[in-house]
Amino acid sequence: MPQDKPLKILLVDDEPLARSRLRELLGDIAIQFASEVVGEAGNGIAALEFIRENPVDVVLADIRMPGMDGIELAGHLGAFPQPPAVIFTTAFDNYAVQAFDLNAVDYLLKPVRTQRLLTALQKVTATPHPDSAVLADIGRKARGGGRTHLSCHERGRLLLVPVAEVLYFKADLKYVTARTVDREYLLDEALTHLEEEFADRFMRLHRAVLVAKTALAGFEKAAGDDAEAYGWALLRGVPDKLPVSRRQWAPAKAAAAG
Amino acid sequence: MTSIRHFPATHPLPDWRNFGVMLRVLLGVNVLALAVAFLLSPGPAEWLARYVETAALVEPLLLLALGLLAGLRNPLRALPLRLGQACVIALVAGLAYGQHLFWQSLGFGDGANPLRPPVIAAAASIVLLGYFELRARAFSPAQTEARLAALNARIRPHFLFNSLNAVLSLIRARPQQAEAALESLSDLFRAAMRDPAELISLADEIALGKQYLELEKLRLGERLAVDWQIGAVFMGLPIPPLMLQPLLENAVYHGIEPASEGGIVRIVIEQRGEELIIAIANPTVAAGQHASGNQIAVANIRERLALYYDLEARLEIEAGEDNYEVRIILPCRKTSR
Repeated sequence: MPQDKPLKILLVDDEPLARSRLRELLGDIAIQFASEVVGEAGNGIAALEFIRENPVDVVLADIRMPGMDGIELAGHLGAFPQPPAVIFTTAFDNYAVQAFDLNAVDYLLKPVRTQRLLTALQKVTATPHPDSAVLADIGRKARGGGRTHLSCHERGRLLLVPVAEVLYFKADLKYVTARTVDREYLLDEALTHLEEEFADRFMRLHRAVLVAKTALAGFEKAAGDDAEAYGWALLRGVPDKLPVSRRQWAPAKAAAAG
Repeated sequence: MTSIRHFPATHPLPDWRNFGVMLRVLLGVNVLALAVAFLLSPGPAEWLARYVETAALVEPLLLLALGLLAGLRNPLRALPLRLGQACVIALVAGLAYGQHLFWQSLGFGDGANPLRPPVIAAAASIVLLGYFELRARAFSPAQTEARLAALNARIRPHFLFNSLNAVLSLIRARPQQAEAALESLSDLFRAAMRDPAELISLADEIALGKQYLELEKLRLGERLAVDWQIGAVFMGLPIPPLMLQPLLENAVYHGIEPASEGGIVRIVIEQRGEELIIAIANPTVAAGQHASGNQIAVANIRERLALYYDLEARLEIEAGEDNYEVRIILPCRKTSR
């Protein structure tokens, strides 16, 4: 297939030797397929930082990486207006491989074969970006937990919000906001999905509020017959008060005590 | 080469010097005494009093008999099985009769049938010997070996393929390093495929662990730091193969790989009294991640320890806030076995 210009490739793997292997293989097939390695990253976060500043056509991403794995990386990339194509690499991850086969997501088994790499690259730009719901599901099962970061697009820029720093999520009409000690972020997420994904970390206080169990500092009964809430929850680190519904009052107090 | 054929539970006449055997005998006799006390007492209130009364007669006899049997283990085992068992029963019954006469001479006797104590003692011995014979059959060498083979530690495919990938990337740039890595890899797999019934020396197991960690270092680079603290231990001590490596693999897989900045795997091997302690510690990474899968290797090693050492070895886990430590405690008597 003749190309106008070489594809810009980003290599993402936590093992330096695995990255240099891919670099060698790309060099070997340079005659059949022109590509240029524009950067390397050790995990998903570093990869997103790179992509924010530099145009990239294809990301070769390892599945299991510290900080942010390849599946979560692909999920965040999916939110870009024109996401780079993603090819996953993995040494051995039974669950992810089975799920990829089911959903026709392209992946390479390590050690990677030259011919397979070539085939994957030749069809990569034509393949649609993997569906975000599918990625979320695979990621959750493969890593045994939710994402490590949430993405927030602000004036065309991608911001990553570490889930560990979020004190609470609040739903307002159209948006969900995430509050950290420093500031608020607008997210393109549904509260029910967040509740499901991070069930071990967050709990529902109210129809429109999820709170990090570790952030709960105390409770106040609402004065008189406040229609909005049965009581209020106080938080560590921020002065905000969150409404607690009558139904969640006892479970919330139990979670704060435990 | 020492092997599983020396396993204490495989002889129908038990090894009375083995801690597990002693514990089982002590427990078994006391449970029998409790049962007898229950049968003979009219109500629950008298049950305990009756047991204490029985125990006063049983315990000295029990300890004396165990001591004598421990001393006579080898000559008893040299006899044909049935004769050996008969000797044990006769010995215990004789002791019981002797003790009865001794109490009588002190004036504590209740004037009961003088044959009662030896008959009860003989009956208890028959029950326990029957138990040990059944147990020995359950742990026959063939079956034990089959179970060991099934439990044989497996090296994670994740590690194999990642290592092969790392070696492939070294071949062009650093061929000598690639050769050394492949040699280590083949040593590791040879160890994993060895007859699991054969014991290996502590020194060999440590060497294997070091080779394994060298391979991991190749992949992980500076993220993996290793701290070996080996005290004054008997390096020739025979131990079951592949006890250390799976635990090191767990430490790397759960403690180092998921951490961007890496961490230290600390291995402490020391001798305390007659016990050898092997402790492996790694930092804990964000809770909930990659927690599963860890239990398989640990449960596997626990079961193998039980097969090799019965109750004399144990595995302890200490899961702290930011540190995870597994300790294997093995009996370490230079003269044993």
